[in-house]
Amino acid sequence: MLDIYDFYDKMERNNIMLSFKGDITSELLTSILQIMESKLDNMQEEPKVKKKVYNVLVECLQNLYHHMDEVDYPSTDRSRSAIFMIGKVDNQYNIITGNYIRAENVTILKGRLDEINKLDKEQLKEYYKEVLNNGEMSQKGGGGLGMIDIARKTGQKLDYSFMPVDNKYAFFSLNIKIAN
Amino acid sequence: MDKLTIEGTPKTPTVNFDYEKGHMEIKGRSIPENSIEFYKPMVEWLEKYAGKPQGMTNVNIQLEYFNTSSSKCILDVFKKLEAISKAGNQIVINWYYEQDDEDMLEAGEDYQAIINVPFKMIETEG
Repeated sequence: MLDIYDFYDKMERNNIMLSFKGDITSELLTSILQIMESKLDNMQEEPKVKKKVYNVLVECLQNLYHHMDEVDYPSTDRSRSAIFMIGKVDNQYNIITGNYIRAENVTILKGRLDEINKLDKEQLKEYYKEVLNNGEMSQKGGGGLGMIDIARKTGQKLDYSFMPVDNKYAFFSLNIKIAN
Repeated sequence: MDKLTIEGTPKTPTVNFDYEKGHMEIKGRSIPENSIEFYKPMVEWLEKYAGKPQGMTNVNIQLEYFNTSSSKCILDVFKKLEAISKAGNQIVINWYYEQDDEDMLEAGEDYQAIINVPFKMIETEG
């Protein structure tokens, strides 16, 4: 049987404020954002910090959403499912996301993330403007700006990993820290 | 030309484009998953406005949050304004940001660097 106390204990130790596993829909994002906004208000977080956390959260969640939307998975496929967690330990917010991606896309995504991680603050600003001004926009409105924006707003390298699942899929996880 | 009025929602801003006054305002949050659809009427309205603009156009952008999906659409709106300005009409874009919100100020400066229209950065109290 599932050890619920084990789950509880891990979440408690990581101070998880909210977590979700499943299909990411627009309605779900609206609810999560509303819940997180009121939690941040209740914690009386500085407006500056609150805005940063909220902004980064929007980008992370919409990344998950667009990813699910763009890839044509059968609706019963487990690969439609994603996981998301947000916690706060010692003045640092941690946003963790995980989702399946097609194995053949790992190299491209890894390349893009490594490219972003090479840039310093000024270079990120220039790169953002370049992609904003010249980049192609996908039909759904994602423009490849999300990850650059997250790196810029957090001022930290993108901490990611790819775990091979089988010959079709890998599990991509992103661990974002926002220091207070 | 008709006014363009869109009521704000938790994910989309309040929009007021007024032809008579030459006044345009986008205010609130812009975090929809699909921004292209939301910004389409604004871009279309500006295309019409460009045909017979007022001598002076004032644009107020007062956003609390916006996502990267909106950032491209906002640039499209600004590019329409830039074309109107290039045709010899006066335009000012007022970019509002809350005190201490450096990210929002920087976002305004990014646009200022790309778009050839006078920007005014206006700090408001949080």
